[in-house]
Amino acid sequence: MTSEGRGGTVPVALPAWLYLPACLGALFVVIPLVAIIARIDWPHFVPLVTSESARTALVLSIKTSAASTALCVALGAPMALVLARGRFPGRSVLRALVLLPLVLPPVVGGIALLYTFGRQGLLGHQLEMLGVRVAFSTTAVVLAQSFVSLPFLVVSLEGALRSAGAGYEQVAATLGARPGTVLRTVTLPLVWPGLMSGAVLAFARSLGEFGATLTFAGSLQGVTRTLPLEIYLQRETDADAAVALSLLLIAVAALIVIGSAARRRPVSLA
Amino acid sequence: MRGWLAAVAVVAAACSACSPAHPPAGTLTVFAAASLKAPFTDLAHRFEKAHAATTVTLNFAGSSDLVAQLDQGAPADVFASADAANMTKAVDSGLVSGSPANFATNTLTIVTRPGNPRGIKGFADLATPELQLVVCAPQVPCGAATARLERSTGVTLRPVSEESSVTDVLGKVTSGQADAGLVYVTDAATAGDEVTAVPFPEARNAVNVYPIAVLEKAGDRSAAAAFIELVTGAEGRKVLSDAGFAQP
Repeated sequence: MTSEGRGGTVPVALPAWLYLPACLGALFVVIPLVAIIARIDWPHFVPLVTSESARTALVLSIKTSAASTALCVALGAPMALVLARGRFPGRSVLRALVLLPLVLPPVVGGIALLYTFGRQGLLGHQLEMLGVRVAFSTTAVVLAQSFVSLPFLVVSLEGALRSAGAGYEQVAATLGARPGTVLRTVTLPLVWPGLMSGAVLAFARSLGEFGATLTFAGSLQGVTRTLPLEIYLQRETDADAAVALSLLLIAVAALIVIGSAARRRPVSLA
Repeated sequence: MRGWLAAVAVVAAACSACSPAHPPAGTLTVFAAASLKAPFTDLAHRFEKAHAATTVTLNFAGSSDLVAQLDQGAPADVFASADAANMTKAVDSGLVSGSPANFATNTLTIVTRPGNPRGIKGFADLATPELQLVVCAPQVPCGAATARLERSTGVTLRPVSEESSVTDVLGKVTSGQADAGLVYVTDAATAGDEVTAVPFPEARNAVNVYPIAVLEKAGDRSAAAAFIELVTGAEGRKVLSDAGFAQP
């Protein structure tokens, strides 16, 4: 419906001057990546990125990021639906609150989590009574990653919901479909690409999570020391190892972003 | 294409402005290990009082971070490291003028929650099962000292976390996450009532020595030398010992 007006054959050229700041922006992002590649100690690259501590950190990073992405989808998708379609007072205030982690420094998020789930925290005491100890566990890493990644998924999906509009849903409802049916057969297929890109963003953000993890979860090989924490630690003694691991993290992140973009394209909803 | 060239030119122009800014004359820049923050801030004030024409600028960070910054061309006159290893790195990179002087030592101590609720009496008690112990990672000076203590005592620690800085260890204990931690005596002194320090005799097997040196790129070598004289002299020794440091 909305795309009918577009699709004209006259290409609209951009003003030429726009290319200068755009190029500068691209260089600003690309040059540091080139600088890292230029600093790689290639003869030792493979042993450095396949060392036991590096492999352990990479596996832990991927596992925890996958878990936190699942948690973000499970909690974030309903949040985005409620924020985009729900009708209740204080919605804009709630929206601002749940997006807050987006602008908080992660270390602040880590401190907040510490005082929530930590042993002396708001919920930590009750959890400890139930025999659940979050402090210094892999669960703490997943919580830290989910806390910082959730807003990315919510923003992404809510944007998709808003730009899709409620037209099709209203038609379905007019034809007698129940809310659950509308959600399953109309809304979700319509915003599926938005949900996927939100999940990819959440995964990528979890993969890079550092500050909240360091503050809240600690750092122990195989338990809480994810790849960013390993890089930070290696930098103390072995700059070459830190650079090699940085490239590994960049490669994994690039693979996920590019791979998901390629897979998303065919799923177009005409 | 023209856009590209222009972009490169702008970046090049911008980069001529981003070379390290040289501090104005009359400024003495001191790069010091994070653990020296309190005594060196005090000593800098004393130095400024005695040398009215000179302003002391302090930069505190982990010793290895400071060496990396100096290596990348950060302008500084004096470097004080928290261990010999990082000073050696600076010497080997040709950053240091003359030979470093050792001016202080620091040892590890156990810190626990206030009042020592788990009743920890010595180093061996840290291996108690179920004790939530936090230490420094072996890659950083305080963790290297911890590893030396494990070897010399034969006690194997099972920490729940190996932090990358001693302040993170202290933070985990003061926030109540951990039952006990191994930090420097000086950190325990800074934390005051927030922790209970449990000194143990084996700590003397792992003493960290702090060296200080004038840097090769120092603007005013005599001012830099005068600052080091203050640190190593009677007044410096008094300030350092008040902060919990011992003499080498």
